[in-house]
Amino acid sequence: MNSKSTSLPYLAVAVLAGLLFGVGLYVSGMVNPLKVLRFLDFAAIPTGGWDPSLAFVMIPAVIVMFVAVRIGRRRQAPVFASAFHEPEFNRIDAPLVAGAAFFGIGWGMSGICPGPAISLIAFWPSYLPIYLLALFVGSYGGSIIIPSGRDKRLALAK
Amino acid sequence: MDSFTPIPAAIGGTLIGLSAALLWLGNGRIAGISGIFGQLLPPASTVIWRLLFLVALVAGTFLAAALFPSLGRPATLVEAPRWFAGGTPLWIGIAGLLTGFGTKIGNGCTSGHGVCGLARLSPRSFTAVGVFFLVAILTVTLTGIV
Repeated sequence: MNSKSTSLPYLAVAVLAGLLFGVGLYVSGMVNPLKVLRFLDFAAIPTGGWDPSLAFVMIPAVIVMFVAVRIGRRRQAPVFASAFHEPEFNRIDAPLVAGAAFFGIGWGMSGICPGPAISLIAFWPSYLPIYLLALFVGSYGGSIIIPSGRDKRLALAK
Repeated sequence: MDSFTPIPAAIGGTLIGLSAALLWLGNGRIAGISGIFGQLLPPASTVIWRLLFLVALVAGTFLAAALFPSLGRPATLVEAPRWFAGGTPLWIGIAGLLTGFGTKIGNGCTSGHGVCGLARLSPRSFTAVGVFFLVAILTVTLTGIV
């Protein structure tokens, strides 16, 4: 399985998917932190200052991926790998909820989530290196506290 | 409301969906940026595709900005609210730390839980998306950052 993850078609898919994602983030306007914040600013709904664009990004993205997941369920394996890496840890636990809450604070403070944070490298705005370094440090800190992987998570939950 | 851009938003969203679909059906991988970014160090065997994906993501944004400059270049991050005495760099640093830590222990962000998880009808993702949207909306309201 790991030998396949360095095959040329596998890596070509990763590049093409990355390009599409980057173009999509720019075209959608979601690389602009202020535009994201204007969606999250529900308090502005009564005054007409709310920007619902983010919902118009999420909905088609989810629909397209939903179709892909349905197609995938009829197949044994993806085209260039031996298995679908479907997350198997299904428990709704405290780290999930706490993690989503921490992320929600960080997102609301900045209007940046990890995808746009990476794509913003294309413009290199002031303070972006601080954000990226902090993102990496935070992620590393999280990996010390909460182990990744289904088996370790299941073992921890017991 | 002059900033509402439903058509570019929907086109961009479709492209993001196609990216996630391609990575899933081609390689069986979830297009979750926090996961792809957060696992850049170990384990070594998957570093190459993760790095290529992220470099291509930056290149895609760069190319799209060159081709469609009228959609607007986001030149700056937002500044810290006035009541915060620590300044914008500290504000941005705290936001990055919380996002890195939160997406790690919560196993995903707007792309992994938001796009892929909802499409997989994952109860964990529905929970995460509900929590992070609600908390983000509260954070924007309480901090007065906009």
